[in-house]
Amino acid sequence: MKFGLAARLGAVAAFGVLAFPFAMPVSGADDTIKIAYIDPLSGGGASIGEVGLKTFQFLADDLNAKGGALGKKFEIVGYDNKLNAQETLVQVQKAIDSGIRILTQGNGSAFAAAISDFVAKYNERNPGKEVIFFNYAAVDPILTNEKCTFWHFRWDANSDQKMEALTNYMKDKKNIKKVYLINQDYSFGQSVRTQAVAMLKAKRPDIEIVGDELHPLLKITDFAPYVAKIKASGADTVITGNWGQDIALLLKAAADAGLQTDWYTYYAGGSGGPTAIKQTNLNHRVFAVGEGIPNLGYEPANQFEKAFRAKYKTDGTSGTNLSLFYPRAVNEMRMLAAAINKSKSTEPAKIGGALEGMKFEVYNGGEGYMRADDHQFIQPLYIASFGERSAKEPFDEEGTGWGWKLAGKIEAANTVLPTTCKMSRPAS
Amino acid sequence: MLELVLVSTLNGVLYGMLLFLMASGLTLIFSMMGVLNFAHASFYMLGAFFGFQISRYVGFWTGLILAPLLVGVIGALIERYGLRNVHRHGHVAELLFTFGLAFVIEELVQMIWGKSPVDYRIPSLLDFSAFTIFSTNYPAYKMFMLLFAIVIFIVLLLVLTRTRVGLIIQASLTHPRMVGALGHNVPRIFMMVFGFGCALAAVAGVIAGPALVTQSNMAALLGPILFVVVVVGGLGSLSGAFVASLLIGLLQTFAIAINLSLSDIFGYFGIHSNPMPFLNDIWRVTVAQIGPILPYLLLVLILIFRPTGLMGTRDT
Repeated sequence: MKFGLAARLGAVAAFGVLAFPFAMPVSGADDTIKIAYIDPLSGGGASIGEVGLKTFQFLADDLNAKGGALGKKFEIVGYDNKLNAQETLVQVQKAIDSGIRILTQGNGSAFAAAISDFVAKYNERNPGKEVIFFNYAAVDPILTNEKCTFWHFRWDANSDQKMEALTNYMKDKKNIKKVYLINQDYSFGQSVRTQAVAMLKAKRPDIEIVGDELHPLLKITDFAPYVAKIKASGADTVITGNWGQDIALLLKAAADAGLQTDWYTYYAGGSGGPTAIKQTNLNHRVFAVGEGIPNLGYEPANQFEKAFRAKYKTDGTSGTNLSLFYPRAVNEMRMLAAAINKSKSTEPAKIGGALEGMKFEVYNGGEGYMRADDHQFIQPLYIASFGERSAKEPFDEEGTGWGWKLAGKIEAANTVLPTTCKMSRPAS
Repeated sequence: MLELVLVSTLNGVLYGMLLFLMASGLTLIFSMMGVLNFAHASFYMLGAFFGFQISRYVGFWTGLILAPLLVGVIGALIERYGLRNVHRHGHVAELLFTFGLAFVIEELVQMIWGKSPVDYRIPSLLDFSAFTIFSTNYPAYKMFMLLFAIVIFIVLLLVLTRTRVGLIIQASLTHPRMVGALGHNVPRIFMMVFGFGCALAAVAGVIAGPALVTQSNMAALLGPILFVVVVVGGLGSLSGAFVASLLIGLLQTFAIAINLSLSDIFGYFGIHSNPMPFLNDIWRVTVAQIGPILPYLLLVLILIFRPTGLMGTRDT
């Protein structure tokens, strides 16, 4: 990837003035497949952004140790989008200018939507130099419905699927009477609250929604005022889609105030979450839905988890010990390798074609497939609770001694929801 | 309801006192030198990170003493060798200097401590709940923060009103030239006040760090609200800063607790459908959601209707 000075200046000028890229994407150095990881690496999202980056780097190393794909090695390049849509696109452009043609991002559906739009337009204008976008965690359903494109693939179950799973589990819990919703004030949080209200109404009309809160995304450092409000509402259960420090600090404030409710969450397992749950002393009363937990007893996953933890173990003085929070990233990277091998090409259009409809043995066992209609990965989902461990739960989290325990499994077939996606595919 | 009011009041007063620790230094510096120190919140951040680093080796309490001293010295040096030279070129240059300084400090912090939060824990001595209001526990550490801030406020007030140093500082606030003419070393007073203001911000950082989140964007998150406090309170007015801090602390905390929206208000008067459907978002937005922008709204209103601030004497 050598640019002449003129070409580089041209690229900068072109982007600055026209927002139209002239820079020639050099088709990757020949022996590496580069993937741009575009997520917050500073500010309120940094704690999980860094976990994601390390996870992808670990996965790249793991695949490289097995020979990579087509004899080429994988390389992850981190870009800090500072949780800002404008900055996200600047970083995407930077990645493309340096010859990268595979992008991955996950934190923040608003930013995922920005990338997805950008990529679709870019590819239209630059035939033969297409880039592809792998979404590992942005779960706003719109990305695989109204706004779906051929170039976007999602490995995380979308928000509707997760809420469907959660509410199916909740509907048999007779002790739930008053529910409080607290979510982040942007597209994803709004989608969580709308779905929660609609699905609870359909499945458990007797449940009363006693609060419906939206708060600024990743800007709050003390949730005590919100917890006071939850407490005053008399809620016995809280539903939240919060992620990053917004879930960890919310749980921390709940622990401080001694709030005793059940929690149904998407991301309580994220960085700092387990530590805060241990503080709340809510033993197996905090639930999370996702594509897997460490304690499922599936041997290949156990081996991987052990290796991952050994690699990212701290010396005990700073930071937290990492555990695998993104099994979906494992599926993403392994399927990328499989798609490259299958299509015998690193061209994004070919990779995309190979991924469509691809069936794959997922990280935690069982089969998943990349639905061709909307590029939503369909996989088994698990609901787990956090608390004391038995012999069946070997892994704890963040050195708390507590771990995730399986509460319910939803087979892949039962997670399928209809899509409104009408996708146009590149002519091949 | 009573529980919510009590807990919100406590939370609001606590947040307000934290704001005051920082705003007091800022407003003193502002009124003496006529410069809005954009980097003030950065010294708060430095305090938190220094406190964290020191607490790793010799414990939280030593950090509480050493970190502010260190930051105070750094602040004084910056004034002596940076700001004082820039001063010759006028206020705009000074403003730009502190503006740049804020970015430099943020970058330095990111280089040294990284961009993600550091694990700054509250001392185990205070890691229990102090008391219970109805059924809500109130953490002892927060109580400590509150009391500590109040003690500092009282000491500050006594120093400024009852000591000779305070007398000179107060005189410099309003008549800097006269103080100089009387033979006092005004530049040195400036340096001391700047260093002291930075140290106060650092104190806030050390005690807020473990309770909130210690990371490299904490200055940027808090910076803007400080200016609101200083302007609303009135420039150079310590009591104004105190009142404004509490006001904004309570305003933000109580706003969160209120679920009222326009549709509720109109509903009270019997109007139940939105007359302007294209404004549906505004129609349904609650006070809780606009809570974060309320202080800035207050800032705008104050500047329009009372430019001197609540207790200030000079125009902004």
